[in-house]
Amino acid sequence: MTPPAASDATRGAASARTTWSRPPIFFTTPAARYAFWFLIAAYLFWSSSTLNIDWVRTAQGLPRAGDMLARMVPPDFSRSGLLIRGVVESVQMAFAASFIGMILAIPLGLAAASNLAPRPVYLAARSLIVLSRTFHEVFIAIFFVKIVGFGPLAGLLTLIVASVSFISKMIAEDIENMNMGQIEAIRATGASFPKLLLYAVQPQVLPRYLGVCIYRLDANIRHSTVVGIVGAGGIGATLSASFKRYDYDFSLAILLTIIALVFIGEIFSTWLRSRLR
Amino acid sequence: MLEITDLVKEYPGGLRALRGVTLNVTEPQVVAVIGSSGAGKSTLIRCINRLVEPTSGSVKLGGQELTTLNRSDLRKARSHIGMIFQEYNLVERLTVMENVLSGRLGSVSLWRAFRRNYPPEDVANAFELLDRVGLTGRQDDRADALSGGQRQRVGIARALMQKPNLLLVDEPTASLDPKTSRQIMRLICELAHESGTPALVNIHDVALAQASADRVIALNDGNLIFDGAPGDLTPEVLNDIYGEEDWSATIRKDDDDAENAEPEAPAKQAKPPSRNGTVGK
Repeated sequence: MTPPAASDATRGAASARTTWSRPPIFFTTPAARYAFWFLIAAYLFWSSSTLNIDWVRTAQGLPRAGDMLARMVPPDFSRSGLLIRGVVESVQMAFAASFIGMILAIPLGLAAASNLAPRPVYLAARSLIVLSRTFHEVFIAIFFVKIVGFGPLAGLLTLIVASVSFISKMIAEDIENMNMGQIEAIRATGASFPKLLLYAVQPQVLPRYLGVCIYRLDANIRHSTVVGIVGAGGIGATLSASFKRYDYDFSLAILLTIIALVFIGEIFSTWLRSRLR
Repeated sequence: MLEITDLVKEYPGGLRALRGVTLNVTEPQVVAVIGSSGAGKSTLIRCINRLVEPTSGSVKLGGQELTTLNRSDLRKARSHIGMIFQEYNLVERLTVMENVLSGRLGSVSLWRAFRRNYPPEDVANAFELLDRVGLTGRQDDRADALSGGQRQRVGIARALMQKPNLLLVDEPTASLDPKTSRQIMRLICELAHESGTPALVNIHDVALAQASADRVIALNDGNLIFDGAPGDLTPEVLNDIYGEEDWSATIRKDDDDAENAEPEAPAKQAKPPSRNGTVGK
């Protein structure tokens, strides 16, 4: 029947303080803070003195860059057949890779969600995702060109690998952030695992999943132009060939086409995502 | 109907949430479970449908031992145990109707569940329950468009869709305002009594527990320390359950409530007269 009075006493003693500052997070003493900034400055000085930036060569490069730019204009669209064939191939690669990727990513994403998958499955799926995300698309493309030869098939396989690992990682993270109460409620009705996926997981994850897939389609359009440079088909192959032959005016035409393509992809994906809200 | 014997739950890390709880519910009654936070109330009801696996002990429902069931038999058993949650736990992006029908997930095929093609009697039952909980015409609204009280009504309808032989109710009113709390609690008790379903209701509001339950049990640190009629909750008992505190305000309010709402029920198992008021909107 006696409410504790201890808290009142502490409150009285502390009320004399009128200043407060946030407790430090990284550096507990000012000395440590100064040492940190000193080290940063020392590193910048050291790295700039060892990089051997050759200002003479940089200066000589400038007129060459001007020469190249001068030979780029006006862009040469006369070989439009080649251009269109490359663009169509790139876009086809991007669409096919996005579609196959978004389907293959579902099982992998489920397996990589720690709150749904058993521990060994989770670890296996996560390692697979980490492994395939370790290498840049261009490396994977080189790899596939060696396996299946030059051409769009290598590019397609590259983009599929990249899409699957990206989308499945996003799904897995979204699943891990789900509201577990909804899962618990559906589980409590006696629902089996597939029904749980249908009624508790899918409704929570679907909007973001579609958003990620559309983002990936947009990214695949950009990447499909790059993988061609190492021989994996698409407009990138055409671009790389034109540079090698010093056809700079044709190069500019290709670059402008790529810019237009990426813009259209961006507009399309923004429009599609706005419809998903 | 429900026999819990020596139920123990020890979480990994050594926290003993239940230390040998024995409890029998032999008739359809609303049993309020009170106790301070961390006393084991949530663990107790989750150990019954094994959303939390009990460490040892026995749980029998209608004569069937639940703790040893394999996965598919457990799913079958769960499909007859309705559950209502503090945070309602509706699937927010689904419609009210889908949420109510999800109570049938244990008994329809995957394909029918996927197509939202439920048997006509289930659909009829769902519409009836929506009327009963006061949500007539709201079947196409998305669950996240409803207010807290309305969501809990959907949660109640979902649990009753299961045609449960036991209701597990976890803090149904803790996220609601006092008036809505009372309406929701009254609705749960009415429906439990109408359908002859026993209910275990975890609840923090002692006054509300006293006013609505047929029987009150109390947990303290994983032990069952009180089991009796709502009227037996004296300040001394409450001190045992929650620790020293001034209970006069809580108790006095109960007495007022009891005088207005119902004549003092003398026997602890007596079914209270159903309150005349219909469910408020």
